[in-house]
Amino acid sequence: MSAGEALMPPAGDPAGDETTVPADAGRWGRLRRSPTFLLAASLVALMTAVALLPGLFAGLFGNGDPRECDLARSGMGASAGHPFGFDMQGCDLYANVIHGARASISVGVLVTVASSAVAVVLGTLAGFYGRWLDGILSRLIDVFMGFPFMLGALVVLIAFPSGSIWSVSLTLTLFGWPTLTRLMRSTVLSVRELDYITAGRALGATDLRLMVRHVVPNAVGPLIVLAALTVGTVIVAESALTYLGVGLHAPAISWGLQLSMAQNDFQSHPHLLLYPSLFLSVTVLGFILLGDSLREALDPRSR
Amino acid sequence: MRRYITMRLIALVLTFLGVTLLIYVLVYALPGDPIRGMAGDRPLPEGVIAELRARYHLDEPFPVQYWYYVQGVLRGDLGTDFNGRPVAELMADRWPVTLTLALTAWVLELVAGLALGVLSALRRNRVLDRVVMILTIVAISVPIFVIAYTAQLVLGVHMRWLPISGIAEGWPRSYLLPAVVLATFGIASVSRLVRTSLIENLDADYIRTARGKGLPSRKVVTRHALRNSLIPAVTYLGADLGFLLGGTLIVEGVFNLPGIGQLLFASIQQQQGPVVVGVATLLVLTFLVANLVVDLLYGVLDPRISHVRR
Repeated sequence: MSAGEALMPPAGDPAGDETTVPADAGRWGRLRRSPTFLLAASLVALMTAVALLPGLFAGLFGNGDPRECDLARSGMGASAGHPFGFDMQGCDLYANVIHGARASISVGVLVTVASSAVAVVLGTLAGFYGRWLDGILSRLIDVFMGFPFMLGALVVLIAFPSGSIWSVSLTLTLFGWPTLTRLMRSTVLSVRELDYITAGRALGATDLRLMVRHVVPNAVGPLIVLAALTVGTVIVAESALTYLGVGLHAPAISWGLQLSMAQNDFQSHPHLLLYPSLFLSVTVLGFILLGDSLREALDPRSR
Repeated sequence: MRRYITMRLIALVLTFLGVTLLIYVLVYALPGDPIRGMAGDRPLPEGVIAELRARYHLDEPFPVQYWYYVQGVLRGDLGTDFNGRPVAELMADRWPVTLTLALTAWVLELVAGLALGVLSALRRNRVLDRVVMILTIVAISVPIFVIAYTAQLVLGVHMRWLPISGIAEGWPRSYLLPAVVLATFGIASVSRLVRTSLIENLDADYIRTARGKGLPSRKVVTRHALRNSLIPAVTYLGADLGFLLGGTLIVEGVFNLPGIGQLLFASIQQQQGPVVVGVATLLVLTFLVANLVVDLLYGVLDPRISHVRR
């Protein structure tokens, strides 16, 4: 697709973009012009910056220490220097919400990266070799997808409580890899049959080279899309588990913990629920929109 | 077709064994000693402890325990909790609550999701479509307990439209608010799926042909395009029935509904291992059967997917 075509409104003739397979440059060009992608990328970039440098953002109003609390100010509303007011312990809510970004986003990214790594290795091997390896892996995935995700994570976290970012991430990875692996396997299955793989094999390329140089790069697109969506899903799952009391524990600072603590007082102090959930939702929204816009750029059919 | 069903049933049994083994291992690993926990502060005589251990097979090695459990499930026996009450009995008066909640939510997903999806697809890229799509993305991004508390606060506490807690007023009033909250994510997902696939089908050649032959627009959409667009939504709705039944935990907690989710969470916290295993087993069975039924329904919806080999 040329740059001129990419500028045309998306409602154009759908047959138009099937005549040529868009090159990488075309995809990137289309992506950069997509308002959804720009919005999503800015949201994700902003939240990542907040997660990396919470001190910088928390100090904007002069009271950046999330652990500086004064019970006399318990549950008070917004005041000068404290735009979000105070939580029940009298700590500055804005500083806490800003510092909460790191835990939530860390879990989301850790789980997604680990699950994707498992998916690329196992999905490629199963899809490429098939036979017994594929059989075993597919049955294993069936088992993992045979029960609700939350149920499994809940039981594991109660069996092995620790409340750290690492254990929560490990648990969510345990239940997150099957979806991604199943997708990778099915894309590898279709790529495996393509002519350039046959050609590569005829030229004497080893299986490893075929997989690393040709199969994975051509099959990884859908996985990237799903991975972006997974970051959002995982952040929501972490907050739900923490809310149920089995996820992260204090003294960690996370949105899930703040929401969990807000549940008893939200009728009299709705701001305790509002701000953490607002930040959480906006972050999740960013990752979901990112996945959505990537899918649109990678798959010309879905307009 | 028969061959396909047989294969699927074998797969279902294998999956069921795998999942229950997994749950059993996890519950087995739960910390604490249920017998001592049961006794409370006063220590039990060693003889009684030994007797109780023998009764619940706690003194047997793990594989033997699992085997007893599978045997029981095959006989329809889900075991007893550590106070001697059958798990099936514990669940009996809670199932109706969860089932009512999940089915109400499911019907809402079906009706509202389908309606929003079709409307968006027919008004593609117009204001209504944009608004619906933005709302669905927002609905997907907000955690369910935040939606639950907000709905409770706004619709229940401030506007007093619906009760905010318990099931005293029965169906539908007591169930409506929790069901809407539970269905939000599903409604958003279903409407997006229906929209995408209906748009794709409306552009297909056979629709142009149908229009060209002079069929009225309503008939083209309902008889031809919609029927072929339902597969992704049916897949989702089928899998979702199982998820709804297992995922009522948070909603039942917020709205204080005495259902399976609350029982499950309380049992996990009280280390009632057999109850957890029993409830989870039934949830998994429901989930697997729902998925099987959905797969068999595909053939009815789309003749291109045929389960008949050769």
